[in-house]
Amino acid sequence: MISSILIVGAGQAGTQAIDTLRREGFEGRLVLVGDEPQLPYQRPPLSKKFLSDELSMDRLLFRHQSFYDEHRVELRLGVRASALNLAARQVVLESAESLSYDRLLLCLGATSRQLTCPGAKLPGIHYLRTIADVAKIRADIKSGARAVIIGGGYIGLETAATCRKLGCEVTVLEMADRVMNRVVASRVSQYFEEQHLAHGVNIICDARVVRVEGRERVERVICADGSKHEADFLIVGVGAIAASELASAAGLACDNGIVVDEYCRTSDSAVFAAGDCTNHLSLHYGRRVRLESVDNAFEQAKAAALNMLDRPVAHDRVPWFWSDQFDHKLLIVGLSQDHDAQVLRGNPAAGGFSICYFKGRSLLALEAVNQPKDYMAARKLIAERVLLDPKKVADATIPLKEAV
Amino acid sequence: MPRIVFIEPDVGRREVQAPVGISLMEVARQNQVEGVIAQCGGACACATCHVYIAPAWLERLPPREEMEQAMLENAWEPRDNSRLSCQILISEALDGLEVTVPQRQG
Repeated sequence: MISSILIVGAGQAGTQAIDTLRREGFEGRLVLVGDEPQLPYQRPPLSKKFLSDELSMDRLLFRHQSFYDEHRVELRLGVRASALNLAARQVVLESAESLSYDRLLLCLGATSRQLTCPGAKLPGIHYLRTIADVAKIRADIKSGARAVIIGGGYIGLETAATCRKLGCEVTVLEMADRVMNRVVASRVSQYFEEQHLAHGVNIICDARVVRVEGRERVERVICADGSKHEADFLIVGVGAIAASELASAAGLACDNGIVVDEYCRTSDSAVFAAGDCTNHLSLHYGRRVRLESVDNAFEQAKAAALNMLDRPVAHDRVPWFWSDQFDHKLLIVGLSQDHDAQVLRGNPAAGGFSICYFKGRSLLALEAVNQPKDYMAARKLIAERVLLDPKKVADATIPLKEAV
Repeated sequence: MPRIVFIEPDVGRREVQAPVGISLMEVARQNQVEGVIAQCGGACACATCHVYIAPAWLERLPPREEMEQAMLENAWEPRDNSRLSCQILISEALDGLEVTVPQRQG
């Protein structure tokens, strides 16, 4: 009999699990622990409309207090879980409170990878993961302020676009030879580099940061080639690391995230995990993956909730991602690793195109730049493993779903 | 405050208060209209906040933009009166708006 479920981690996954558990009839004690003081909120707007103050705190929340009251959720917010005892089925909070569980769901998320070079701890160096981070960045954003952004990934570029719109002078320092190199095709990188350039963002690739200088706070960034970039503030977006310390310290199997199977089960039968903190088996791609994605957090948490109630449901979804930069929308579905061919569909010069990744005639993934139709069609085609004709796919006058 | 009527599968008709300036999707979420999922939170990236608008109200809404139009074409059972609720902002003029929630999303 499962009479008590504890969820540690109050983000997308943790909040979704509450919804699913109660909807599926779980009547027992439900406790949600989160280390931030606010009610659970959406993170994607933090680099976009919340940073630019176009979205209020109230609208950032997934749910208002009334939802947690009605769903009889005991909230423990603003408090970190400091230890997990698997044998005793207990989690100890830093407040010294000890919480027992029949089932535990870990939705610990990810933490920002830190800059480690000399000067990395100077005031004025920011990360972007929480509302508290945004508050610090906002205090430094003013018209004409010089923002140096380290890392040209999603966070770096979205933040660059927002800072630019707010009147900052923006420089992006990217270590690789192109932006977003880990997540998109080079043609997509090029397109977004062009958009940033057109809006006055200075993007410098092959830039290896070796030092941050400043007396009281950050004043400049020094790169390996000796170049200096004067800065009023820095935003560091150099990737994220699964937040699995609580799990690994307790002895749960971890390897670039908490290791779970397709039923969201960890190496302890009472403990499940979902979201960015997991290293999970993707049934669709037949390999282990760790995803940083709203969609994955949502779907995996749904599956985890059902599995905790002993209703076996495999987490078997094709992940998708999006990024908004200036007025351009990047929509991605699937994982492109192991592809043997890339097909360009549409005309980048005309402002909209897709990159289609194939293995044989199977579409593995698609990156759509201002092409929502291709993206929506690809979601179905990939999930259903429809075989396509890459030659027809290259012809943008043929709807993607008819390119068989 | 404008009133919005949601017609939900298995639930029926329900009238709620809708603050001006937020989206129809947010009104649905605040009132726990189960069939409006809104996974992307209003970024027009997932098409899981798809609803049907009562025909009499359709032309009183600003038309679909290109992005919304394209997302809807591949939503679950799109119709002429389909909209993404994240793209509709509540105003006083929408007092009484009637919205039907589809059986499923995506």
